[in-house]
Amino acid sequence: MRIVIIGGSKTVYFITRQLVERGNHVTIINRDLARSRELSQATKATVVFGEGTDVNRLEEAGARRADVVLALTSHDQDNLIACQVAQKLFGVPRTLALVNDPENEEVFTRLGVGIAFSATRVIASLIEQQASFEDITALMPVADGRINITDVRLDANSPAVGKSLIELELSGGTLIAAILRDDEVLVPRGQTRLMVDDHLILISQPENQEDDLRTICGIEPR
Amino acid sequence: MRSDYIIVVGCGRLGSILASRLSGIGHRVVVIDRREAAFDKLTNEFSGFQIVGDASEMAVLRAAKIAQADYLFATTTEDNLNLMVAQIAGSIFNVPHVIARVYDPTRESIYRRLNVEMISPTQLSVAAFLYAVDPSLEHKPL
Repeated sequence: MRIVIIGGSKTVYFITRQLVERGNHVTIINRDLARSRELSQATKATVVFGEGTDVNRLEEAGARRADVVLALTSHDQDNLIACQVAQKLFGVPRTLALVNDPENEEVFTRLGVGIAFSATRVIASLIEQQASFEDITALMPVADGRINITDVRLDANSPAVGKSLIELELSGGTLIAAILRDDEVLVPRGQTRLMVDDHLILISQPENQEDDLRTICGIEPR
Repeated sequence: MRSDYIIVVGCGRLGSILASRLSGIGHRVVVIDRREAAFDKLTNEFSGFQIVGDASEMAVLRAAKIAQADYLFATTTEDNLNLMVAQIAGSIFNVPHVIARVYDPTRESIYRRLNVEMISPTQLSVAAFLYAVDPSLEHKPL
């Protein structure tokens, strides 16, 4: 693939290295002369010095033939405009923008950016999901994060241990999809009694998740 | 006179005069700038609100009550910021009248197609200079 990356951060450097290793052709547009030189020496990418939202620099970077434009600067406005120019003027089929303000994620998508992702939001949700409770692993967000699939291990202190599923009063927003006990997969039924070391696979909506995890694990978020 | 609710983004040389004049003639004006010192440029005419903040943040635009604005003028010295704020105002918050100041003429066509109304100081100056040389080349500039 032909990929144009706009920015100059460490992320840009590491992404470039990875993409080049996998056989992609990468061109970086960077607005800082010294950083442009560094990137050109440290990577196998072609580096164009200038503004990534400048029509001429994008042209020079080969936007016309690019498959993807990736805008990774720390300024949301520059990332948005770069993607729009790439798409509208050069017909780049896929555009991705980093958004610094998580609220701009939705805005960017509505303004035509292919994919807008917020590192802030991703990291915050990883911290909330992974670090707030022990023994809980977020497996994956589904449907744009409106549903989470989570793996919860019950330890001896979990208030859920010894209870049947009926006795466990969960909100309507959480479903126990499966119970892994030793090497067996149990289909949960109302009478199923939970035991220490059970792994529960939960399907839950984020708004109910915290309460339900507390009901099951009995611990406060750290 | 009808009093409109007007947001001016950027309190530089242009934004400060514009906001002051609009406020002076009786409109309800909110001016946004990243730097608090920028508001020193507002004149005595100005009796509106000032918001210190980066207009690329949704929270700042919401603090300015963007959904209720009749007009939004994006006058910062950054083309990209003006274009972004103008699009957010027009497409997301349905502000009826939105104008962005844009210096770089090469991208005008794209944003005209996206229905962003723009004022280009570059083009205005070119028109004025051409008119000075030969009035038949250009319409009389404003």
